[in-house]
Amino acid sequence: MPEVKKQVPLEFEKPLNVLAQQIDNLESQLTEQPDLEPELRHLKEQYTSLRKSLYSNLRPIDRLAIARHPERPYTRDYFERWDPEWIELHGDRHGTDDSAMVGGLLDLGNDLKIVAVGTQKGRTIKEKQSCNFGMPQPEGYAKALRLFKHAEKFGLPVVTLIDTPGAYPGLAAEEHNQAQAIAINLLELSGLTVPVVAVVTGEGGSGGALAIGVANRILMLEHSVYSVISPEGCASILWRSADKVSDAAQSMKITAREILELGVIDGIITEPLGGAHKDPDATAKAAKNAIMAQLSELVKLSCADVRNDRQNKFRAMGKWRDQ
Amino acid sequence: MDLKDWFAKRRERRERENLEVKQLLPTEDYCALWKRCFQCRELLYTRDLRSNLQVCPHCQYHFCIGAPDRIEQLADPGTFEEIDAEMRSSDPLEFVDTESYRKRQVSAEKKSGVVEAIVTGTCKMNGHLTALGVMDFAYFGGSMGSVVGEKVARLVERAIELSCPLIIISSSGGARMQEGILSLMQLAKTSSVLKTFGDGGNLYISILSEPTFGGVTASFAMLGDIIIAEPGARIGFAGRRVIEQTIRQKLPADFQTAEYLLKHGQVDMVLHRNELKDKLTKMFEFHKKKNKEMDKALVQSSSKKAGGK
Ligand SMILES: [Zn+2]
Repeated sequence: MPEVKKQVPLEFEKPLNVLAQQIDNLESQLTEQPDLEPELRHLKEQYTSLRKSLYSNLRPIDRLAIARHPERPYTRDYFERWDPEWIELHGDRHGTDDSAMVGGLLDLGNDLKIVAVGTQKGRTIKEKQSCNFGMPQPEGYAKALRLFKHAEKFGLPVVTLIDTPGAYPGLAAEEHNQAQAIAINLLELSGLTVPVVAVVTGEGGSGGALAIGVANRILMLEHSVYSVISPEGCASILWRSADKVSDAAQSMKITAREILELGVIDGIITEPLGGAHKDPDATAKAAKNAIMAQLSELVKLSCADVRNDRQNKFRAMGKWRDQ
Repeated sequence: MDLKDWFAKRRERRERENLEVKQLLPTEDYCALWKRCFQCRELLYTRDLRSNLQVCPHCQYHFCIGAPDRIEQLADPGTFEEIDAEMRSSDPLEFVDTESYRKRQVSAEKKSGVVEAIVTGTCKMNGHLTALGVMDFAYFGGSMGSVVGEKVARLVERAIELSCPLIIISSSGGARMQEGILSLMQLAKTSSVLKTFGDGGNLYISILSEPTFGGVTASFAMLGDIIIAEPGARIGFAGRRVIEQTIRQKLPADFQTAEYLLKHGQVDMVLHRNELKDKLTKMFEFHKKKNKEMDKALVQSSSKKAGGK
């Protein structure tokens, strides 16, 4: 039975939803008209093959829609599945606890205890507002940094989950030096002497994402995106048109596959067909396995090596020509 | 074209200009001779403006200036040695918006007279050996792509090698969208080399000039041991318009100006351009001795650390 009906439909899934509707109608008539059975079977086959073909030909803008899907698993959803008894740690110690950045102590099993930090979008309207729609303030980055330092002090590996439209653009954010908050995290993360693994789970929105993304290994979920500016921002600046979001998404190469090809990330975590929101449990499990695989190698490195490994990785990024 | 040629060409051009002054001028040349102050609207003779470090003599408005001009103002004559002069952007994404990135590069070069958004090198400043990087807003809005990131990284590494102070003068709209995620990664790259530089106890002075935003403030520009801003310069992370749209309220008139940042504790000082060079060298002298001692102490402690695990 197709499960799409109950969820928020995506634009590109419309033909799929039409089929689902027809299947529904037939099914409700089935008890009275058993001869509809072959047609129903046919429609179901069509549904499966259409879904498969849709998902194997996704445009960047479609992936962007999946990455922003309101039912997509968020950071807390992962933490709770990885360790139901995880210990949340709060606050930047300077007057603020930014709900857009969450973190704490997680036991992943297999003798792997970590400090996990991630940006958090809200599910309900109230949550969304309290998390600022996943856009941290400078205090959120300071909170993350405090947790990174905690990890370093106790030799715990760091795992970060990235899902943010970006750092919050606001009056107080600017007055409290949003730019420097990000810059300091980049600087300090690059020098951290414990392993860091970052996973882009949804939206990797520019500097606000990178501020928790300077990692030894960077992974992306299959339909997640990572970009220097939102496709909307890029379209309005370069095309001067809000209609060109799809072109901007295409041109900037924001998808996991393209970013892997550019050599920026180290791996892609496969999502369930239809996206992570179709099966959060399976997604969380796949992400955990991928993280554990990376960490099991990284924990063997000395403090100096783990730092060098990370610094060398970022030192090598970029493409240019010398004439 | 490297910077020496640039200076030579400019000398020629100036001499030519001086000869042409007496003739009737087409509009373009007229504009090259006169400039209207953006702030007080006075008409200024460009030669006077140049001799006044591109600061309006009437209202002290600090004009946005190109990298070659800035270098000429700060470096002792004949001491600037450019590094990576020929490094140019490739087009890793084969990016096309309303025009191709390649075409935009060519027109940016024509418009600015420099081949990338930063010029880096070493020079003497009142006799002090200095690693100097100067961004040029006229090239692609001073945006940071792979070349800017790499040139900054190499400049920092040169400063580590020479154990000399580092000065970077920023002027940038942010990261270069045409290089996508690779531009974003330059924020991490530049910050990472500055971590190593800082651990060595050397002095980094960051100078923020009109305008400095986005990925550049969110990386090397805000990581100075000392941060100096030029009067009136607009500096921030997000642009004013984006913030206004997000919070739907009016921002203070002086929001994101150098003076506003000073009031909010984000920069150490706002300095008139004519004081800059002397203040910088004075600061070098303060941090000289300390450098050596810290160097030694850090080398000892890091060798202990490395042996520890
Ligand atoms: Zn004026």
